[in-house]
Amino acid sequence: MIEIENVRKSFGPLEVLKGINLTVAKGEVLTVIGGSGSGKSTLLTCINGLEPIDSGRIVVDGVEVHAKTTDLNRLRQKIGIVFQQWNAFPHLTVLENVMLAQVKVLKRPKSEAEAEAVRQLKHVGLGDKLAVYPSRLSGGQQQRMAIARALAMSPDYMLFDEVTSALDPQLVGEVLDTLRMLASEGMTMICVTHEMKFAREVSDRVAFFHKGVMAEIAPPEQLFGAPKDPELQKFLAATH
Amino acid sequence: MLDTALNVNDLIFLAKGAGMTLVVTAISVFFGTVMGIAFGVIRYQIGPWWAAPITFALDVFRSIPLLIQLVLANAFVTTVLGWRISGFSVACAVLSFYTAAYCAEIVRGAIEAVPPTLRRAARSLGMTWAQDMRNIVMPLATRVALPSWIGLALGVMKDSALVYVVQVVELLKSTQILITRLQEPLFLLMICGLFYFVISFPIARLGGYLEKRWSND
Repeated sequence: MIEIENVRKSFGPLEVLKGINLTVAKGEVLTVIGGSGSGKSTLLTCINGLEPIDSGRIVVDGVEVHAKTTDLNRLRQKIGIVFQQWNAFPHLTVLENVMLAQVKVLKRPKSEAEAEAVRQLKHVGLGDKLAVYPSRLSGGQQQRMAIARALAMSPDYMLFDEVTSALDPQLVGEVLDTLRMLASEGMTMICVTHEMKFAREVSDRVAFFHKGVMAEIAPPEQLFGAPKDPELQKFLAATH
Repeated sequence: MLDTALNVNDLIFLAKGAGMTLVVTAISVFFGTVMGIAFGVIRYQIGPWWAAPITFALDVFRSIPLLIQLVLANAFVTTVLGWRISGFSVACAVLSFYTAAYCAEIVRGAIEAVPPTLRRAARSLGMTWAQDMRNIVMPLATRVALPSWIGLALGVMKDSALVYVVQVVELLKSTQILITRLQEPLFLLMICGLFYFVISFPIARLGGYLEKRWSND
C-alpha cells in the first residue's frame, strides 16, 4: 500500500505539490491526469525517493520513503518507474539492459537474471531483439524494453510517468497495450498519462491534478461521466 | 645512397633514447590518468565551489610551461628539501601532475556528457551511486573521453622531450648528442622523427580501433 499524507514540495519559489493526500491499495490501477505543471510527475519521483519532499510523508508498505534511516536503494527495488524518456543504456544490448540491475542490485546469478530478462522481454514482445543494441530499436520498442527492465526487478508497484508522451502517434498503441496487459495481471500501478481513453479503460480510480492540488479523484465512469470540479470540466472539454 | 657516419651503435643509442621516452610517457600517462580520473570525479561530485582549490592547483599545472615546472621542481626537491632523488623520478612526477591536470578536465567533461536522465533511470532501478558510476557513467564517459585522452597521451609523449633539463636522456636528447658529434642535423632529426612516429602510431591506431569497437553496430 502506498500512503501519501499531506505532501508538500517546492522547486525554489514554485510550490508544485500543495498538500497531497492519497492512498493506493495493492492491486489498484490509479491514473493521474492534469495539465502540464500540475505536479503529477513530481509526485511519482517523490514516491520512490528520487526527489525529496518538504513536508508530509509517503509510506510504502510501512516504510517511510523520506525517513533518514530508509535504505532508498532497497526500497526502489520494489517500486519500478518508467519515464517519458525511455533511457535505454546505449552501451548494452537489450538483454544486458534488462539483466544489469538484477545482477548488480538483486545479486541474482547471471543465468537466472538472463532467464528472467528473456521472460520479461518476451512478455513485452521483444523476444526477437535480445542481442540488439537500443539504437536499432524504435521509440516504442525502447519504451517496452524500459518496462521489461523495471519488471525484471520483480517490483510490487509500478509507476509510469507519461510513458507515451515522447512517442510517435503510431507507436503509442503498442506501449499502452503493454500497460493494459500489466493491469489485467493485477500489478499495482500509478500511471501519469495524457491518454484519456486509456485512463478510462484501465483505471480503478482516476485522479485529476491542477496546480499542485488533487482536485478530484473518482472511478473513471464517474470522473469522466460527471466531473464536479470546474477545472476538471474545462480540462476534459479541452482534451476531447 | 646517403653518405653518413651513423653506425649501428648510434642507432642502438637512439633506440635506448626512444625507450626512455616510452618509459617516462607510460609512467606519467598511467599515474596522470589515475589522478586525473580521481580529480575529475571529485570536481564533478563536489561542485565548482568546493572544488575551487583543486581547480586552482590543476590550473597552475596547465598554465606554467612544463620546462619551468621541471627546473623548479628539480631545484626544490634536491636543493630545498635536500632529497637524493633522481632526475628520472622528478621528471615522472612532474609529467604525471601535468597529465593529471589535463586529464581531470577531460574526465569532468565526459561525465557531464552522460545524460542525467540515464543516471536517474539507473538509480531508480535501485543501483547505488557506485554501481551507477561503474556500470553506466564509466563506460559511456570513456567513449566520450577517448579521442581527447589519446591526444593527451600523444602530446605528453612529445612534451616528455623536455625532461632533458633534469638530466634524463630521452629520444630528442640522444639525437642532439649525436648531432653534436656527427654534425648531420637534418638526417638525424629525420631519424629521430621516424622513431617518434613508430612509438606514437600504435597509440593513435589503438584509439581508432577502440572507437570502432564501441560504435555498437
